[in-house]
Amino acid sequence: MGFRRSILNLLLLCYFVYAAATVAVEEEAEEFHEELLLKPLPDRKVLAHFHFESKANLSPSNGGRHFRLFPKSIYQLVHKFHIREMELSFTQGRWNYEYWGGFDPISRNNARPPGVELWAIFDVPPSQVDALWKNLTHTLSGLFCASINFLESSTSYSAPEWGFRRSSDSLRYGTLPREAVCTENLTPWLKLLPCRDKAGLSELMDRPSIYRGFYHSQRLHLRSSEFSPMDLDSGIRLEQTLTIVLQPGSQRVGMSYNDEAITQPSWSMSSLFGRKVNGRCVLAKSSNVYLQLERGLVSELKNLWKENDGSRSDDVTNENFLTNSVFELSVSSDRLIREVVSLDNEESSVLYLFWIEKNADAKPFDLALIWKRPVIWSSSQAPLHANRFLMGSGNERGSIAVSLKPAEHVESYLATGLSDNECKLRVDVFQVVPWYVKVYYHTLQIFVDGQIQPIYNVIEKMRVSPSEDKVSPGVLELVLKFPCDMKSAALTLEFDKGFLHISEYPPDANQGFDIPSAVITFPDFQPNFHFDEDSNQSPMLSRLKEISPALAYTEVLLVPLTTPDFSMPYNVITITCTVFALYFGSLLNVLRRRIGEEERLLEDRAAKKVGPLRLLFLKLSTKLRGRPLERVHSPPSSSSSAATKLVFKVVLVAAIASAWQYYYK
Amino acid sequence: MEDDDRKSSTKNKPQKFWEWAIASMILRLILIYFSKNLNFSSRPEVSTPLTSLRRLAEGYWLKQSSLSPYAGSMYHGSPLLLAVIGPLTAIRISGQPSHLLCSFLFVIADFITAMLIRAMGQKLQSAYSQHLKSLGLDKVLKAPEMLSSGDVAALVYLWNPLTIVTCMGSSTSPIENFFVTLSLYGACARLVPLASFGLVMATHLSLYPAILFIPVILLLGYGIDTPPRKLFLQKDSGNEMKLSSDISSQHIGMTNHLALPSFSWRLPMYFLLWASIWSCYILALCAVSVYKNGGLKEMFKRTYGFILTVEDLSPNIGVLWYFFAEVFDFFRDFFLIVFHMNILFMILPLAIRLKHRPCFLAFVYTAISSLLKSYPSVADSALYLGLLGLFANELSDMHLSFFLFCGYVGVNLLSPIMHNLWIWRGTGNANFYYATAMAYACFQIILVVESVSAMLKNDRMLRRLSTIKDSCIEKTTKIS
Repeated sequence: MGFRRSILNLLLLCYFVYAAATVAVEEEAEEFHEELLLKPLPDRKVLAHFHFESKANLSPSNGGRHFRLFPKSIYQLVHKFHIREMELSFTQGRWNYEYWGGFDPISRNNARPPGVELWAIFDVPPSQVDALWKNLTHTLSGLFCASINFLESSTSYSAPEWGFRRSSDSLRYGTLPREAVCTENLTPWLKLLPCRDKAGLSELMDRPSIYRGFYHSQRLHLRSSEFSPMDLDSGIRLEQTLTIVLQPGSQRVGMSYNDEAITQPSWSMSSLFGRKVNGRCVLAKSSNVYLQLERGLVSELKNLWKENDGSRSDDVTNENFLTNSVFELSVSSDRLIREVVSLDNEESSVLYLFWIEKNADAKPFDLALIWKRPVIWSSSQAPLHANRFLMGSGNERGSIAVSLKPAEHVESYLATGLSDNECKLRVDVFQVVPWYVKVYYHTLQIFVDGQIQPIYNVIEKMRVSPSEDKVSPGVLELVLKFPCDMKSAALTLEFDKGFLHISEYPPDANQGFDIPSAVITFPDFQPNFHFDEDSNQSPMLSRLKEISPALAYTEVLLVPLTTPDFSMPYNVITITCTVFALYFGSLLNVLRRRIGEEERLLEDRAAKKVGPLRLLFLKLSTKLRGRPLERVHSPPSSSSSAATKLVFKVVLVAAIASAWQYYYK
Repeated sequence: MEDDDRKSSTKNKPQKFWEWAIASMILRLILIYFSKNLNFSSRPEVSTPLTSLRRLAEGYWLKQSSLSPYAGSMYHGSPLLLAVIGPLTAIRISGQPSHLLCSFLFVIADFITAMLIRAMGQKLQSAYSQHLKSLGLDKVLKAPEMLSSGDVAALVYLWNPLTIVTCMGSSTSPIENFFVTLSLYGACARLVPLASFGLVMATHLSLYPAILFIPVILLLGYGIDTPPRKLFLQKDSGNEMKLSSDISSQHIGMTNHLALPSFSWRLPMYFLLWASIWSCYILALCAVSVYKNGGLKEMFKRTYGFILTVEDLSPNIGVLWYFFAEVFDFFRDFFLIVFHMNILFMILPLAIRLKHRPCFLAFVYTAISSLLKSYPSVADSALYLGLLGLFANELSDMHLSFFLFCGYVGVNLLSPIMHNLWIWRGTGNANFYYATAMAYACFQIILVVESVSAMLKNDRMLRRLSTIKDSCIEKTTKIS
């Protein structure tokens, strides 16, 4: 007994020693960062953007199987399905491109269509991609408690070639616009964080205050270089972001936003979330809070200061910037990061950095922004505003229209974007249409400034993969080139509404069906922030620095489809079959009427010479019917023949039945 | 139906056929200019997934974009039609309604169809009167209500509102009807290559005319509609009896013997040969045109497969769409087989019973297939109503004809209303529209049943007349 115990102890000791030795290695192999970006929005709302990043280097030393911080389920996912890149987003609400920014890295990275959006790039030959995708959807649906498994069916996902992202043919893209997103999706997402929501910034995620917001998008981005042997730094990077738009001081929601005299509502983290940050997540390598003042706001602030006291220098980096006449911060920032802009006439946005480590050790960290004077500014706009509509009435047909309107300051963007003498504005459109919306692609019409244009004047490149009934959705990828000075543009496509089998309608069929958002990309415009100092430390800032084209998602369209009567399949079956029986029976009856006549003739002849056996039958049948023989003298021949026929039929059936029985014994 | 009211007009002025025909053409040409306002092309009664010109334009566009025309479950027609009509859909004359050239094509197709029907009617009538004469039933011909059935049928076809609507509604069915009529005319006129070409093309376009193979064979084998063979045999036997008593009537007996219809295999064999040649030719053309896009297998899957499996459940005037929208998936295949077998089941009994009247048999087959086909439209009704006009004389004592006329008018007025209520206003229900489809099916059934029974009754009447006549002759010979 004692001996066994000592062996056990020894083994345990060995294990601990080994673990302690490996921790040092793994600390380099795995990293976790948590960051929060807060940004006041022009329409009196506040954007809160949580960014968590886990990184795991798959060194051969630990076999890539043992993790301290990195969620193992994600590693298994990547490993099993050979994922090169994947993004899954759960969104509730629609991003307001006009007020919340349509041309900054945050909106580009985090504005997502309502419901679930999933895309993945696989690292396998194209023939195996579909099978992997189907398995992946099931796994994710189990992992995130969502009906992502509906993306398994080939009618709901598509394989964009170049319209969505520049990628190979191993990309699959699917959306579920109807998916309701709620706390049961957030909880498994939080489980992937090393501190869950027990410590660190995720402590702020008080469910009622998060879901009270105007917009809520929870995103999971995976990038793996496990399967690319060229990359020495092989590893998996898991990026989890939660973007929320909240209304501070929700008791004043009813007020008009356009009233210029009203100052922005002041807010603090505790008033927004109902909680404070009690400390950092100790497992995190960095734990920062940023407050961003965007370009428009900064230039507006400068104007205000100039008006107020021209003496003060308009250097935003000035230390007394914190206690200025327009707003006040409750906590002094630890660092100030300025954006580097290429052009002189442009303002640069400003980031205040707060280290949780430093600020939250004595008392809980609670950043507050108190506005003293009204400020009106506008956020950065995408070069074109994209909207999508349904046209037409009735449930038979309709048309989809995508309208593109240049934003107010498009000229300045265009000046930066292009310097050719022939100015063209390039727009990529990627649109997936479910099969029951049967689009006539030959009806594609393009209007520029209200004038219909020959489509090949505008379309540079086009790829159509028409929808197949009950097999695949229709995919439209377009590269459009518009003249820069256009005032408006519109694309219209006509469609017929399909009719489904009753089992294919969802439970609330009368609500209608959703056409997923179209993705409008502006490849010539690549919003990104250049910061004045090396900010490689922060993964969020490096994400903001990334160069990729601006994109916008259009509205989800709700198409009402005609419904059959769900309650009466039996009636329909029986009535239809009755009509067919009527047809068959009556036509056959007409055709054999002559034969009947001839038979009657023959019987009349036969009745004249009734044999003794037949007379017996006659008497028998009349007796069975209980009628006197005399009364039915004229028709008896037919009745007797009917009786013989009946007897014959009974005998025949009995014989067949007995033969059947005998045969199958 | 419509022939009832036409009869009177044509009876009074039989010579004014051309005026009426040209007037109908002018009406069509006038209506073409308002086709945009009339908006027939999107009516479910007119354009089915198989015949819609809009879908054809989509198929043509896909083909021009170097995709398969069958990609996207839009186009389900023939690749040949795509090659012929496709370019016409792409041409747009500014200021004119779209598909103007196609509409002209359809007007011409309608006109030729009517002319073929007229020619067929004239052949039918001359052959029929000859037969009756040979039977010695001249007094049937002398009856005052005897009409020139070809003119009646052609005018019924031209002035039928259903035909006009189909012609305006940009669907390819006028072409299909044209080929069906062409094959029947070819068989009547004993032009074997023409008959086989028409039949092969019609089958290629819409599959169901394949059952017209039997009437065409009978037409070529037996010749045009005749009174039943038995009558001639009776007549012959009567003549032989007469022959024994009276030698002077030998000449008449000889002529009767010549006119006796008997099945000759020469023309049907030619027909089979030509049909196989034409079908090989058409398949070769199709193979060339769909060579890059999956070949003939894909074409058959997308055209015939689409017809037979009733994939599109959008409402039409038939009954199958709602049935297959509601029926449980488990039974779908069973009912598909049952409904298609229903067409085939009736082929043989009808062929046996009406083999002496192949043209009428063709009419009955057309009506049945229009009743039971998966995507019916009013164009099918227009065709069989036109053919019905050919038998205006024989079917003059048809039962329920006024009731049927009212029923057709009523259903054709009610069905768009129910469709509007259900689809556009959302106040109605699918069952309302389905009920009109049901009623329409019932009326068609009654029409088929009643016309068949009237035709059989007509034959019976002829037999009675001939037997009476024979007995009279016998009596007279006995007395002499």
